[in-house]
Amino acid sequence: MNLLAAVTIPDVAIFVLSAALSLAGAVGILLAKNPVHAALSLVMTLFGIAVAFIELQADFLAAVQIIVYAGAIVVLFLFVIMFLGVDKREDLSVEPIVGQRSTAAVLVLGLMASIIALGFIGHFEVGPASQTAELTGGAGNVADLGRAVFTTYLFAFEATAGLLVIAVIGAVVLARKPEAKATAAVVEEGEQ
Amino acid sequence: MSIPLSWFIVLAVVLFGIGAFGVLIRRNVLIMFMCVELMLNAANLALVGFSRSLHDVGGEATVFFVLVVAAAEVVVGLGIVVAIFRRRQSAIADDLAELGG
Repeated sequence: MNLLAAVTIPDVAIFVLSAALSLAGAVGILLAKNPVHAALSLVMTLFGIAVAFIELQADFLAAVQIIVYAGAIVVLFLFVIMFLGVDKREDLSVEPIVGQRSTAAVLVLGLMASIIALGFIGHFEVGPASQTAELTGGAGNVADLGRAVFTTYLFAFEATAGLLVIAVIGAVVLARKPEAKATAAVVEEGEQ
Repeated sequence: MSIPLSWFIVLAVVLFGIGAFGVLIRRNVLIMFMCVELMLNAANLALVGFSRSLHDVGGEATVFFVLVVAAAEVVVGLGIVVAIFRRRQSAIADDLAELGG
């Protein structure tokens, strides 16, 4: 079976664009001295992954990716960076622990190599994919996803509602100011 | 699907690796957090790729839930960063070493 037979030039162009965007953004996060620049690089990576989702015909997820990640999560990051005033440059030339970077590089390269090697030499039993119909793209994909979320995954969907409420309450409890009238010792005890 | 699944998996692996490397080498808590988001996104990309190649919408539904969990995680995590910053005036992970006892 020739895998590359069906690959068309526009598909390759879109894939290369998404890979370039996401990898450039990822390296940007790694090398950014200023947290604000890292957050902007994160937007670039998330956009590149949204392009990859469109190439995979997961249109709804691409839109959600932009709205939730680029729209909400990165804005939250930027808000906290500016709220705390930590947007100063960090000196990356000194290694905090001797050998930290080389050890991390060896570990991560070993991880990546072993995952890719497993993918090529491993044989995975994935069930009868060919017997089911191919996933639809476009509006059909949104309908399929909605049907799955509200039938098969209904319990998980309801559980996420509880999770979000808990997260909001947790964030308010964590980030609120300690009460002014309490003494320093009481604040020490009461605030975990 | 015209682009082979393996291309997306390799891209996801490389993105995950960069994210893991960032968590290991960066000292700023906020940037470590962004690298965790990068790793989550790499996993999402692999899930959507497998979902498409196995003709099963379950992978895409999982990505939907991962997005929700990531949003909740960021909210709580940034709340913790704000709470730590109130006490230590610092967002550098090394300054919190006394948490180790």
